[in-house]
Amino acid sequence: MRATHWLTAASFIGLAVSGVAILLAHPRLYWGETGALGTPSLIDLPLPFMLTGQSGWGRYLHFLSAWIAVLTGAVYVLGGTRAHHFRHDLFRPAQPAKYNVVQRITYAAVVFVLFPLMIWTGLAMSPGVTSVLPLLVTSMGGQQSARTIHFIVASLLVLFVVGHVAMVVFAGFTRQVGAMILGGEPSASEVQT
Amino acid sequence: MSRLITRRKVMTTALTALGGASGLAVAARLADRYGLIPPDHGGLYGAGETLTYASHRLLTARGSLAREFRPDQISKVAPINGPPPTAFDYEQLLRRGFTNWRLEIDGLVARPSSFSLADLHGFPVSRQITHQACEEGWSFIAEWIGVPLGYVLNLVGASPNARYVVFYAYDDDWESIDMADASHPQTLLAYGMNGTDLPAGHGAPLRLRLPRQLGYKSIKYIAQISVVDTLKDIGDGSGSSAPGYGYSWYAGI
Repeated sequence: MRATHWLTAASFIGLAVSGVAILLAHPRLYWGETGALGTPSLIDLPLPFMLTGQSGWGRYLHFLSAWIAVLTGAVYVLGGTRAHHFRHDLFRPAQPAKYNVVQRITYAAVVFVLFPLMIWTGLAMSPGVTSVLPLLVTSMGGQQSARTIHFIVASLLVLFVVGHVAMVVFAGFTRQVGAMILGGEPSASEVQT
Repeated sequence: MSRLITRRKVMTTALTALGGASGLAVAARLADRYGLIPPDHGGLYGAGETLTYASHRLLTARGSLAREFRPDQISKVAPINGPPPTAFDYEQLLRRGFTNWRLEIDGLVARPSSFSLADLHGFPVSRQITHQACEEGWSFIAEWIGVPLGYVLNLVGASPNARYVVFYAYDDDWESIDMADASHPQTLLAYGMNGTDLPAGHGAPLRLRLPRQLGYKSIKYIAQISVVDTLKDIGDGSGSSAPGYGYSWYAGI
């Protein structure tokens, strides 16, 4: 389970960096099926249009990282279910609980709402996948809507990671990260998300 | 968990590694035989590309169809990425309305052929209103009119050993698709768009339409088609000019 955390961390960095590289090719977001320069946009991000080929390696890195993240996520969810991690630490925590209520709701939302939405909207942008499962994209309101939701949920996940790292730092970086790498159990009062 | 390294543990690990390695080798041979390995499978990103291409080919094995739209959903704006070729021979063709243009088809075919635009117009007409997304992020919906590539391949007698169809264009771009896409009913050699002849910027006189992949795969300004059983000897072997620019050969995602 600790290995899945660091694999997820590495693939998350890969996804975030390459996601920005892809976004910079066209930093404009739309709603519905279609959208392009010359049509109304939903959000014009204050970023430059960059057509210098960075979306090429961006796409290669994005999909490689996505495979690692999804396969790791599958192991994590299966492992977490078998070890009753979700039940004992998230949904019906023992008293005194390891994590407070805000931490539990945030963590559950990230694992069971935001990550699945990223996969869903990501696949909804794929013309190959939607030829098999058109509902993936029609349920999102169209291909451009899926792209916009993908961007918004990605931004929420980056916010979560920033907060998550900040809390680890405040709670004692060395001790927390040591526990995450080597295992062991810091005392309950010290544990953060 | 015990941290002791026992002989049993060493043996189990070694056997698992050996089994895993030979399992991977067998899987790679099988994947190649069933056309699940993309030509740009090497390098740092090759594993991701192979997983994507193989899973898409397994997922779409029953010939899934790209979504089609209603006439009222056709976009008013259909952007063009880059101007038409400036090569002298292309400008000559354009000036004469492509009346002297010919499509050459060769390679693993029983009857190497050369078709005029009028010949192509005489073949069964297929129309589709499909979504075209650019890898940059923008997209539009348009109606495309043309002849199914599969019909033309049957006509020239493509060999059962054929594995890829290669396209060469007037702007020196080249592209290739596998037989799953080449024989797909929505794969068109398109000569018309939104009720008119294909505009120059959209690839006149003939472009590919491949609605299960992103826009850059639908190569414009086609001059020649070649049917082959391997891509290894063509160019740098990566399957199209896209990997040379840093873009993947398979663009279904």
